[in-house]
Parts: sequence; C-alpha cells; structure tokens
Amino acid sequence: MKLNIHIPEPTKLIPDIRTGEGLLQWLSTVDHKLIGIMYLCTALLFFVLGFGEALMMRIQLMRPLNNFLSPEAYNQLFTTHGTNMIFLVLTPMLLGFATYSLPLMIGANEMAFPRLNAFSYWIFLLGGLILYASFFAGGMPNVGWFSYAPLSERFFSSTKGVDYWVISLLLMGIGSVGAALNFVVTTLTMRTKGILMNQLPLFVWMVFVNSFLILAAFPVLNAALFMIFIDRQFDAHFFVSATGGSPVMWQHLFWGFGHPEVYILALPAFGMVSEVIPVFSRKPIFGYEFIAASSVAIMLLSFGVWAHHMFAVGLGTTFNAFFAASSMLIAVPTGIKIFNWIATMWGGSVQLKTAMLFALALVVNFTIGGLSGVGFSLVPVDWRLTDTYFVVAHIHYVLIGGSLTGGFAAAYYWFPKITGRMLSEKIGKWHFWLYFIGFNCTFFVFHFLGLLGMPRRVYTYPDLPYLGTLNLFSTISACVFGISFILFFWNIFYSLRHGRIAGNNPWNAWTLEWLTSSPPQQKNFEKVPLVRSRRPLWDMLHPEDPDWKRENKNKIKKTGYE
Amino acid sequence: MGRILNSIHRFFSEMSRSSSPNEDYINKLFLWFLILAAIIMIIVIVAVLIGAIHYRSSRHQGEPEQITGIKWLEITWTIIPLLILLIFFYFTVRFMKDIDQPVDKNQQADIIITARQWWWEMQYSKYNFTTANELHIPVHQKLLMRVESADVIHDWWVPELGRKIDAIPGTSNYSWLEASDTGEYKGACSEYCGTQHAGMRILVISETKNEFDQWVQDQQKVPSPPVDSVAQRGMRLFSERTCAGCHSISGTVAVSHIGPDLTHLASRKTLISGVLTNTPKNLYLWLQNPQKLKEGSHMPNFILSNNELEALVKYLEELK
Repeated sequence: MKLNIHIPEPTKLIPDIRTGEGLLQWLSTVDHKLIGIMYLCTALLFFVLGFGEALMMRIQLMRPLNNFLSPEAYNQLFTTHGTNMIFLVLTPMLLGFATYSLPLMIGANEMAFPRLNAFSYWIFLLGGLILYASFFAGGMPNVGWFSYAPLSERFFSSTKGVDYWVISLLLMGIGSVGAALNFVVTTLTMRTKGILMNQLPLFVWMVFVNSFLILAAFPVLNAALFMIFIDRQFDAHFFVSATGGSPVMWQHLFWGFGHPEVYILALPAFGMVSEVIPVFSRKPIFGYEFIAASSVAIMLLSFGVWAHHMFAVGLGTTFNAFFAASSMLIAVPTGIKIFNWIATMWGGSVQLKTAMLFALALVVNFTIGGLSGVGFSLVPVDWRLTDTYFVVAHIHYVLIGGSLTGGFAAAYYWFPKITGRMLSEKIGKWHFWLYFIGFNCTFFVFHFLGLLGMPRRVYTYPDLPYLGTLNLFSTISACVFGISFILFFWNIFYSLRHGRIAGNNPWNAWTLEWLTSSPPQQKNFEKVPLVRSRRPLWDMLHPEDPDWKRENKNKIKKTGYE
Repeated sequence: MGRILNSIHRFFSEMSRSSSPNEDYINKLFLWFLILAAIIMIIVIVAVLIGAIHYRSSRHQGEPEQITGIKWLEITWTIIPLLILLIFFYFTVRFMKDIDQPVDKNQQADIIITARQWWWEMQYSKYNFTTANELHIPVHQKLLMRVESADVIHDWWVPELGRKIDAIPGTSNYSWLEASDTGEYKGACSEYCGTQHAGMRILVISETKNEFDQWVQDQQKVPSPPVDSVAQRGMRLFSERTCAGCHSISGTVAVSHIGPDLTHLASRKTLISGVLTNTPKNLYLWLQNPQKLKEGSHMPNFILSNNELEALVKYLEELK
C-alpha cells in the first residue's frame, strides 16, 4: 500500500468534490478559505439534524399529554438538540466565517498556523461525529446539554451517552482552543502594512477579543469534563455528595464556561453586523471606539456572571447580590452596541438588501433577548422565571435572534466573495420575512408559557389553561420557520448556478477582502496598498475626503505615515 | 370588543397569579421590569424603523455625510442605563432579603420536603407524620420549609406561592411558605431530574386553620384494619407481593421509605405525583402497568392478576 499520495495543487479555486483529486484536495487543504467553507458546510449539515430534532420535540409538545415521543426519546432529543446547535452549528458557523474572512480583512494571505487551522477543523468534525455515534452505542446523552451532576453520574445515567458527550465536547473544545490561538496570532502578526490595532475591521476585532474568551473558558469546561469522566469511569466522587463531593461544584465549573460561551457565540455575530450595517448605510460605524471597548468589557465581565444561572441553588443573599450586580452591568456594554448600530443608520443612506434586513433583525431580536436577560439578573424575578419556558424563549432570542441571524447577515454579505456569485435577492427577501415572522411567532409565546408555569425540559404537560393553545401555535410557527430554511438552501443551490456574477466589490464595501477577486485566488492578494485608516477602500475611492484625515489626528504624528 | 379585552385581561391575570406575600414582591418587581423593557423595546423598534424608512437610500443622493461618532451621545447612553440598573439593583436586594428572611439556626422546620425521582416526600416534623405529593398548609401562616433531595437535584416550584428553591443532595435549603388565600395551587419540579421530570408535579392545598387541624388529626390516625374480605386480601397481598418492600402504611408491617408513604392514600386528590386524579380505576390501571402510565418510574410491573388488582385497589382506597 502506498502511504505517500501526491496531491497536486488545486487548479480550480473551489475544487470539485465529485472528482477523486478534488476530494483529496479538500481533505488535505490548509488554505484558510477552503477550511472556512468546510466549517460553514458542516454547520449547515448539522443544522438540518438539529432542526429535525427540534421539530420532533415541537410535534410532541403540540398538545397536552401527547404520545408522539417516549420520555426517554424526548430527553435524548433535547440534550442532543442543545449540544448540536451550540457546538456543531453556531460554533462552526462563527469559526467558519472568521477562518474565511479574518485573513482577507487584514490583508493576509494565510492564517498564522495553516496546519493547526486544518487540525482544528478536523478534530471538531471528529467530535461532532462522536456525539452522534452514541446513537449506535445504546442511546444518545439524555441529561441535558448542561449535564448536571449527580444526574450525569453513572449511578443515575448508566448508558454510554454521557461518555460519548464528554469525549465529543473535549475534542471540539481542543479544536476551538486551537482556532482561537490561531486567530490571536494571526491578528497580532499577519496584518498588512499600516493596519493598527485600533483600525482593525470590527469583525476582526470581535473575533480577536472572542478568542481570548475561548482560550480562558474552554479549559474550565475541559477540566470539568475530565472530572465527570473520572467520576463515571473510575468511580471517583468529585460531584457525589454522599462521599464528600459537591454537585454544586459542577454547576460552578459548567457555567464558568457556559456563560462566557454565550458571549463566544454572540460577539462574532456582533462583529458581522458591525460590518454589514455601515456598508448598507453608506456611513462609517458610529462610535468605533465604544463598540470595540464594550466588547472588551463584555469579555471581562462575562467571567463574573456565571452564578446567575444558579440563583435557585440557595447560595445566600450576598452571593446572589454580587452576581445580580455583575449581570446587570454586562447589559450596559451590550446596550451601547445596539444604540451605536442604530446611530450608524441614522443620517445614512440605507439600502435594505437582504444582508441588511438580517442585521436589523438582529438589532431588534437581540434586544428582546438581552432585555429578558436583564430580567434574570433581578434575583426575585429569576426565582420565578428560571428553568421555565421563559428561559427557553430567552436563549433562543439570544442564539437565534442574535448569533444565527448575524450569521445569515454574514452569509448574504460574504456569499459573493466566497463563491463569486450573488445570492438571489428575491428568494432572500422571502427567506428573510418567513424567517423573521416564523422565528418570532415560534419563540415569543414561550415567554407566556414560562409565566403560566410551564417548566422547561418536560416531555409533556397537563392540560392547564392556555398551555395547549400556545404550544400548538408555536409548533405551527416552527413549520413556517422551517420553510424559511428550505428557501435558504434553495437560494444557495440556485445562486451557485444562476446567480449574478459578483465582481470584486458588489456592495461597494470598504474593507480589504473586497479588494481582491471573488472568489479570491489561492494567494489572496498580489499586492496590498498601505492601509492608513479603518476603511482602506474608501480612501482609495475618495482621495479628496479620506478617512485617515477624519480619524485620530495624532495618528499621523505617531506613525509618521502621510 | 369588550369580550376581546376581557379575554386579554384574563390571559394576563392568569400569568400574574399570586397568593402569597413572596409572590407579590416578585410580581411587583417583574411588572416594573416589564414596563422598562417595553419602553426600551419601543424606542429600539421605532429607531430602527426610522433608520430603515426615513433614511432609506431612495430618498438621498450620493454618499451621506461621514460621521464617525458623537462623544456626549455615547456617554449619555452609557450613564442612563447604569442609573436605571442601579435603581433596579436596590429593589432586587431589598426584595430578595424580604423573601429570604434569615432562618434562626435552632428553628425547627415545619415541613421537611425530600425530593425523589419522581415524587415528593413531605414530613410534618412537628406533627410526626409523613405524606407524599400533596401538601396541606394553613392559610395566612408563615411556614418554614426544609428542602432536600434523596438522589439528584430537583427544584420546588409552586408559581403562586413564591420562589423556586433547589433540592440538592447533601444540602438542606430553607424557604418560607405562606398562602394568603385558601385553595389549591399547582406546581412542578423545575430542575431537570431525569426521565420523568415532567411527571413530578406538586399540589398544595391551603385551608382554614380548622380544616387543617382536622386534616392533621386524620393523618396522625392509624388506619383501622379492613373488615371487607376483599380488602383484607388486598392487605395480605400488600406485604406478600413485596409492595411493603418500598412503601409504608402505619399500623402494618410495611415500614419502608423507598417509595411514597401510603398510610392515607385514599385521602389524596391525585396519584403518582399529580399525574392522575385519585380514582379506583386510575389506581387499578397504575398497579396493572406502572410503566405504561409513567414510563421510567422506579415502580416495577408486578404482573398482578385481575383479582389481585381488585383486592389491592379495594384495600388502598379504604386508607382514608
């Protein structure tokens, strides 16, 4: 058997996966663009699985005391749905866009560590496949994506599901840490001549800040995962109270990772809309420094808010008050971003392209999710809302209304760059409105369900007033929501063949990725001009009114560039 | 029109039900928060719409003025939210202290609640008896609950009666319980606790002092042995068919506390932790195949014959 296969450099910009050579080129690539595309395609693939799981749960909950799913099946589904959507859809979606765009946006030809980049992707994919392999090994994990001990201990959960879950998350965590390290080093060392740290495009800035979040949060999770694994496999008792362990410690460790994780999923999406909104308002971002600094504030504060997931644990008034205060504080930098995005539109010349519509949907829906989040920081209110459907509404407003909606804005914005063709605006508008209406109708009623007393993670519920009606409404809306995704897939499929040729800079945007061809050559840039401001392409097109004159006046002095 | 308004009103009052001083605090804070959230939401939506409609490109020509920010505006929308949150923080701490009043170390709990997969054990330590899944309390009396767990983490929650409190193995949590009206209050376990998390419901019955005292007296009584021959056979079966291995009935040989105490089962309104109403037929179906009515429950199927089922039901339904 030949161990050495020579794989020629791809001649096509996007190798054809149907030919043997093309397949090998995909498998062996270290090109950040191809790896970015693989991340995005993997996210789409797992999204179909995760959405299917969600639909099955919605069918089960469509009426009280329904028998569509057994409790065991339902519990496996909601666990897998949560893990799938967070680790296998949103994370690769955000990493994918970052892997693709970040080097382009700073005028670099590659990531700092191309092989590590490929390793991060493949180990992430392995983790994802191992999660689903549990299905063939006696059942998927059934203790929730948060896997609270002691329920996740072997005594209460004797199937192999939790072990597969642990290994899967460990591998994906290693992948994420690798990717984060890569982003940090790339941003610090690979910027083209002239870009200062306060001139980074905001998407790059947020991915950079976010990478520090990943580097600090994932090791906490990985440590906790090892501990539960040792408990389960070697009969240790980190989280077993009868023998001196502490189940509450698991909660501290898990949320010590889990809450930063929410911002890990949100910050890159904030970065995406911070690119999209200025371009389609034809104005620079309003308050660049404040948006950038508020991201750092969010990063730091997010490590001090984890226990707002634990207000019902009974940890005492002083303890709760501290975490109430920190959780309220973190709303302020988030609010600053919302106001700045709106101020960017005001006084601009707003083009309501599909990408812009999604960005605006993020502004509105994330505000709803953010506000309900403030509700949880009011401890007495949290005692009513926590672990009810109100929280289910909140998390979906944050993760779909925030991250996924930002992802769609990015998809419509960068698809022309990635493929060389435009996504259809007509299908896009249909996609957007069905998505926006379907999403809000599905999830807004969850607020009411929570207030009416419906706990979360229940496979069924008694026939109490309004519960059946609201759940049925949500299930029907979920189908509308589902149709919007079919339109998105159709749009991709259609536009790859018949979409308008994009050209280098279809949106008349200002960051460096739009300088090169669409899709970019294997070597991203032949030559990058000296960058002197946050919007290099604006400066090129408007030599009479360049940004660098408008921006920091001291800069010219400091750097000596003129 | 009036009818529509009426049903909207009914819907919203259904969501803000309260029958306890603690829940009143929570409702009050939630209402203030809701008003604040609604105002912010309206501001954001209107501002986005103005941006999308008034500033749309078809109304302008050429590139707009390139503004990069206004410092005083940034400072304004940093400071104002901070001040609003400061006010909310004050009330958060105040109400939190009002609801969670300190417990004296020597104080004995009125009720000890032990959560189990998937039912609730309730001990009235002052009256020296144990019951399950159905809590009776005297109205207008502030009771101290001690909440514990025998297996995994559960959470006690009756929406109208105040805060949630986790039941954690190895830990005792304390919480105050007071109902300001008589009536029945439904609740549920609110921390995911395994297969039958959904089948772990709570019923709290708040009654007048007299009614409560009467109920306590009834619960303290040892049930008289059955006279009916079918019920007598049921009683025998109860110990022979290993029911007594897990359940206890005072005055009999059954003293185990693995499953719910059945001493006064017939006096309860529901069966299997609020999943079914307590009727002989439901009890029959439950004993016939527990896994069918509550899949995953720790009660095995004993494959009882129809005669045995009838005898057991007859016996248990006499335990008033």
